Amino acid sequence: MNSNLILEKFDLLSIILVSILIISGLINIYSTTYILDSEMFLLTNPFGKQLLFVLFSIVLFWVILFFKAKLFQQYSSLLYLLMTITLTLVLFFGNEIKGASSWFSFFGFSFQPSEFMKPVTGLVLAKFLSNVHSDLKRTKVQLYSFIIIFIPISLIILQPDPGTALIYFSFFFVLYIVGLPSIYMNIFFVSVLLFLITIIFDKNNIILFISVLSGLLGLIFLYRKVKIGRLLFISISSIIFIIFIDFVYNDIFEQRHRDRFEVVLGITEDNRGIGYNTNQSQLAFKSGGFSGEGFLNGSQTKGNFVPEQHSDYIFATIGEEWGFIGTSTVILVYTLLIMRMINRANKHRNIFNKIFIYSVASIFFFQFSVNVSMVIGVFPTVGIPLPFISYGGSSMVASILLFAGYIKFDSYKKEKW
Amino acid sequence: MRDKIFQIVVLIISGLLVVKLFDLQIIKSSSSYFLDRASIQKVYEFPERGYIYDRNDKLIVSNEPYYDLMIIPSDVNLNDSIEFSKLLNIQVQTFNTKFNKSRIFSNVKPSVFMSGITKNEFASIQEKLWKFGGFFIQKNSKRKYNYRTASNILGYTSEVNGYEVESNPYYKAGEMIGRQGVEKTYELKLRGKKGVKFLQKDKFNRVIGSYNNGIYDSSYVPAKNIKLTLDIRLQKYGDSLLKNKYGSIIAIEPKTGEILSIVNSPGYDPSILVGRDRSENYKKLYLDSIGKPLFERGLQGQYPPGSTFKIINGLIGLQENIIDEKTLFTCNGGHFYAKNSFMKCHTNEATSTNLNNAIYTSCNTYFAKTYRGIIENYETSSIGLDKWKKYVNSFGFGDFLGYDHPTGRRGFIPNSDYYNRWYNKSWRAPTTISNSIGQGEVLSTPIQLANFAAIIANKGWYIAPHFVKEIENDSIDSKFKEVKRTLIDEEYYDPIIKGMVDVIEKGTAQNSKIKGISFAGKTGTAENFIKINGNRKQLTDHSIFIGFAPADDPKIAICVFIENGYWGTRWAAPISSLVAEKYLKGNIERKWLEKYVLDGDLTEEYLKPYKFENFKINE
Repeated sequence: MNSNLILEKFDLLSIILVSILIISGLINIYSTTYILDSEMFLLTNPFGKQLLFVLFSIVLFWVILFFKAKLFQQYSSLLYLLMTITLTLVLFFGNEIKGASSWFSFFGFSFQPSEFMKPVTGLVLAKFLSNVHSDLKRTKVQLYSFIIIFIPISLIILQPDPGTALIYFSFFFVLYIVGLPSIYMNIFFVSVLLFLITIIFDKNNIILFISVLSGLLGLIFLYRKVKIGRLLFISISSIIFIIFIDFVYNDIFEQRHRDRFEVVLGITEDNRGIGYNTNQSQLAFKSGGFSGEGFLNGSQTKGNFVPEQHSDYIFATIGEEWGFIGTSTVILVYTLLIMRMINRANKHRNIFNKIFIYSVASIFFFQFSVNVSMVIGVFPTVGIPLPFISYGGSSMVASILLFAGYIKFDSYKKEKW
Repeated sequence: MRDKIFQIVVLIISGLLVVKLFDLQIIKSSSSYFLDRASIQKVYEFPERGYIYDRNDKLIVSNEPYYDLMIIPSDVNLNDSIEFSKLLNIQVQTFNTKFNKSRIFSNVKPSVFMSGITKNEFASIQEKLWKFGGFFIQKNSKRKYNYRTASNILGYTSEVNGYEVESNPYYKAGEMIGRQGVEKTYELKLRGKKGVKFLQKDKFNRVIGSYNNGIYDSSYVPAKNIKLTLDIRLQKYGDSLLKNKYGSIIAIEPKTGEILSIVNSPGYDPSILVGRDRSENYKKLYLDSIGKPLFERGLQGQYPPGSTFKIINGLIGLQENIIDEKTLFTCNGGHFYAKNSFMKCHTNEATSTNLNNAIYTSCNTYFAKTYRGIIENYETSSIGLDKWKKYVNSFGFGDFLGYDHPTGRRGFIPNSDYYNRWYNKSWRAPTTISNSIGQGEVLSTPIQLANFAAIIANKGWYIAPHFVKEIENDSIDSKFKEVKRTLIDEEYYDPIIKGMVDVIEKGTAQNSKIKGISFAGKTGTAENFIKINGNRKQLTDHSIFIGFAPADDPKIAICVFIENGYWGTRWAAPISSLVAEKYLKGNIERKWLEKYVLDGDLTEEYLKPYKFENFKINE
């Protein structure tokens, strides 16, 4: 195969956009970890390490492009099995960092299997659904798809790493896009809504409210001679759900989990304790203003006040040093990249390619929007890195793998294989 | 259709994120806000508080350094806490408790380990401090008082309280603010303006350099020194004269309104309100309910002015043409001012008095009749009284005089409404006759009386009395240059002054003549009462004197007020004459009079009401 020919088929715009993200990531990691009179390019410095990860990822990217696409498709099940075993092993033999055993360590480098499971899950899901017999209207197919997604989610929650597990829910979104009946989505949204109002308001009030509402609706239904069986089912199940949420939230969740929700919902305000991260990162955004304080000039950044500032909270540094111009540019680049992926996926007739690309777009979209929401304080604190920008080898390599997968499968637009 | 949903969701969420960022970074962004962040430490530089001088450039209040031993527990590197405790002259146990206390406060932030180290202690500690890590000396400054006088006038400084920190953005907790007196009135001048440096800190609270190359930093504005109108020598002399007597001396330069001296007795040493023992000492002063040293009698004491008030009725009578110099009133050792109501007078029976001898004999009858004439000169008593009040008010009675000290009382001059309320409108001049001789409803403060003396000396005008003479590189309030006139024409002052000179020459205060200086004055003896266990009980009269000297070219106007001193002649007049002599001549020739005053002891008199037994007054 002529390499020039391949290049023509590749989505060059996406490659440029991702390059922009990676470079801006490097610049900001440099700034957050910058110490005067220190050798920034050494591997002892996070910036030096990240540079190495980036170089490695670039190499990996080109290597993948030279593999045959079909190979990934063929071995996806095997990869899925291997990664499931790894995720199980990490529970027992992993290094515990910040209360979660998510890591294997080799030679000073850490490896996070839950990151690498993302592309693999995407592959398996795409392969399963691209099967001619897989119709998402069938309950059996729905069940199998759910199992594929829930295996990594369960294993990751056991670590426990709810943030990364949350990202796997992006596959449900993919399922919905490619034809999962909307009842699931509706149930999901109603559940989220019920969850939020149960936290904010008193359980008993809501149950009373739902009872009165369904009673009134029931009267109308009776008057109009409509069957009220479904109404009864919905109201009773939502009441049971509320009681269940209330139990989980108050008796199973620990205070630190509750705090995260309550800070975002504005129920409690504590700028020193639980709300510290959010408050400090919001200060960084406010001090950045329109045009930012400039490279290496962010005072919140310099003082290292925002925790995890080179990894999960790197967006705060962008906000402080590059201002609204910087943050809106980053959001624009992500949006362009994701829109571009969806656009290209829409044109694919090959179901496998289509689903895999949707998966990649959906993962990037989830990670980016949840991370940014968390950093600007509208989403509870969860450990999710900003793809391509946050510091972290596993995150960088996994993102590049996803992206390489997109470029590779996207280039097979018209080929039949 | 669903692939469209994906794109719509992406666009909506991204749009919302941009909106939120716009809100955070553009709408809520503000520069003052970011200087308050935890990452920035403000370090203040304080100018040294201004000095206070007397009118002859004698330094009254200055500053002296004191040192605090500071500790940063995390940096402490102590091999031998016994040696260190010895160095500080404390027990090892005390050392340990103090150390733990600072560690509880913060391990990385500096806190005071030992406060108020003197210069000498500092020298010996400083010498060995390098051996022990984590300790350093911080230099501070506190007020130093060079004279033990005028404490309530000078005021003191102390740390700002919570309310002041909240209500005034300038002050931060732990800073000093002027309280009372000149320290309070001229706080802004004496304080200067602190400078601020913004330092960048890291999350461990360590300073890692100047913030933004110091573009927000400001340097301090130096404080201004203040020169007071007080003559500290006269002030000290007044202190000695009032020893063992409660009362007040106020001396004013009539031409300028400058307060030359304001003595309050009992006094206290202002330096006890400095440093570590301040609050305890303040409590002691506050709880002294007999001497009330914090009560500045000259400004806050409201007393009946007594016979000194006859002067003003004489002036109003002349202005209103009720009397002239030749008017004669008969006095039979007093007179019936109404049916069955007799006002006693100490003059002999069946005397005809004119204005001149009415003043120098202090005839009650003469001024009662004059007062009655003034009130009855109008259609109704109400109009007459209100007209009278207008005259009295023009002398500064019944109101704060506008001086530059934060405390004071208005005194009280009644108006017609006041009597209407009391007597249900059925009152006439005789009802209020006590006003004629400065008893009854009328109340005045000693500074009002001193100002009154200055007005007579100036023949009808005054400048608001004040304590500030000069402010370094600044001007004093223009109201201290402004001449205020009374409603009495200048010509009417001459007979009054003549009468006042005769008070000394042949009248009630003959014991107070000053050789070679014509002294004019008026004695007063004010009845006063106290409530003991709910019973109104009369105490020995207050001894009052107002005067000025020299009578032909007044340089000093004086009011002396001695609580329960009985006759004005007994204490107030001699003290006034001594003050005038000291100020005008520089030394006292009448040693016998000085000795009489210095030996005078009224402490027994002041304890009488507290002995829970009957006592005699006016002995």
